[in-house]
Amino acid sequence: MTVQDSTATLLKSTSAHHSPSTYYHSMAEADTVISVRNFSLWYSKKRALTNVTIDFPRNQITALIGPSGCGKSTLLRAINRMNDLIKGVRTEGNILIDGNDIYAKGVDPVEVRRRIGMVFQKPNPFPRSIRENILFGAKINGYKGDYDQLVEECLRRAALWDEVKDDLNKSGLALSGGQQQRLCIARAIAVAPEVILMDEPCSALDPISTLRIEELMRDLAKQYTILVVTHNMQQASRVADNVAFMLSDDVTTGMLVEYGPTSEVFTNPKSKRTEDYITGRFG
Amino acid sequence: MVVGQIPAQQAAEFSVDLPRRKAVGWVFIALGLLSILFALFILLLLLYDVVHRGLPYLTWEFLTGFDSRFPSRAGVLAALAGTVYMMGFTILFALPLGIMAAIYLEEYAGDSWFANAVQINISNLASVPSIIYGLLGLQVFVRVMGLNRSVLAGALTMALVILPIIIVASREALRSVPPSIRDASLALGATKWQTIRHHVLPYAVSGIMTGNILAAARAIGESAPLIAIGALTFVPFTPNSPLDLFTVLPIQIFNWTSRPQEAFHDVAAAGIIVLLVVLLILNSLAIFLRWRFRTQF
Repeated sequence: MTVQDSTATLLKSTSAHHSPSTYYHSMAEADTVISVRNFSLWYSKKRALTNVTIDFPRNQITALIGPSGCGKSTLLRAINRMNDLIKGVRTEGNILIDGNDIYAKGVDPVEVRRRIGMVFQKPNPFPRSIRENILFGAKINGYKGDYDQLVEECLRRAALWDEVKDDLNKSGLALSGGQQQRLCIARAIAVAPEVILMDEPCSALDPISTLRIEELMRDLAKQYTILVVTHNMQQASRVADNVAFMLSDDVTTGMLVEYGPTSEVFTNPKSKRTEDYITGRFG
Repeated sequence: MVVGQIPAQQAAEFSVDLPRRKAVGWVFIALGLLSILFALFILLLLLYDVVHRGLPYLTWEFLTGFDSRFPSRAGVLAALAGTVYMMGFTILFALPLGIMAAIYLEEYAGDSWFANAVQINISNLASVPSIIYGLLGLQVFVRVMGLNRSVLAGALTMALVILPIIIVASREALRSVPPSIRDASLALGATKWQTIRHHVLPYAVSGIMTGNILAAARAIGESAPLIAIGALTFVPFTPNSPLDLFTVLPIQIFNWTSRPQEAFHDVAAAGIIVLLVVLLILNSLAIFLRWRFRTQF
């Protein structure tokens, strides 16, 4: 689906009693990497996403915002099929990566996860050396190139090289929180993903480290498509090209309320609920 | 908020009474200290009794000699060698089997009907009296398999005794691996086995080893199942092959204490000291391994 006309409201009515409507802003023509199609997800009986339809453009940063429990992390984890690891998860609809449905029969989630990297809320380096942290993903995926070169390149891209180059055998856990998170980013890009999913990557970090990660994200967006979940409105406005606002209400859980370029959504929200949220009236 | 600024009306709703709350804490500290002192006292009393009686008999000849009709010439070598020999085989059988079963149950079996049934049964097996395993061993290993009252039959029986303990302890260790480590590995495109092999097992290994060694320590002190398979014998030699007859420390000690001569009871005390030292060595090994694998990361 291409982007909707700025005045039009798209009504999704595939589900009998849930028919969330999403306000789509017009967006600059861009190459779509991830295309979420009418996607719903249940944790056992509990619905977590309702008919989400959204396109993520290549080499841009899209921020998913919304109050707790609105399904933004669930959507993120649906894109690399990490939700599959949770018992009782059921999905409906499709998620296309470069046009291929990752929920189609016969698609191996392991292969999906290599192409869609992930950075978690709390830095989680392996309890091993910095070098081994980077190399693990490369090794298990049969990387044939030069290991030292890969380590240096990934650490440089993650803006960590200068701080650790003399001590690559030091444990990843010996680094500061911000450094650990950058190591996790370096580790994620070592397997050459197309997309990097970040689940509140700065929520456990101090403001200085947060700014460094944000700079890094801007830099990485030249090569990667980045989706970031954040609770921090300032962060979304600083780093994101596009913003998607999600919400759960009494009737519908995990719906996409509004989606568009960051400046549009923040300065000219179409939905009253988006406006209330970003102006801090609730959530 | 500064204390002086609390409105009087609001303050009236609290009864702070810090001295009383702290006193309750002190009572619990005192009770805890008393409990541990009591336990220590009993332990020291036992230790004193054993050392006091056994030490005179704890000579080089005692450690290198065989059992005898005369207390002064009785030695513990056959039992010590039997314990070491049997435990070697026990660990050889129980350790790989137990760890692999634990990995399967914890990581792969999921939440199926079958897995739940197995899990309940293993937890139950861990609390079955060891004599029951002895009777099973007697029938299966000694009679049906024709292993006789050999080291091998004893080791297999003992392996059965500690297998459930090993499985339960290993699963506990596997479960304590933080999910964030698994997530990190899986998110990089690692398969389940790669995640287990490279991250879960290395992380859990200290816990697994500790559990295994404690299970082994339990087996060393265990005598009932071996009595059931008939290891209670006068063995004046060290076993040379897995099919030889054997005896172990607790049985030897039991044997000495059941003799009428008072002096043999002191010999038994010396045997207890040897057994305690063996257990102490094993437990130290467990602590060392735990420390060793932890500092590796």
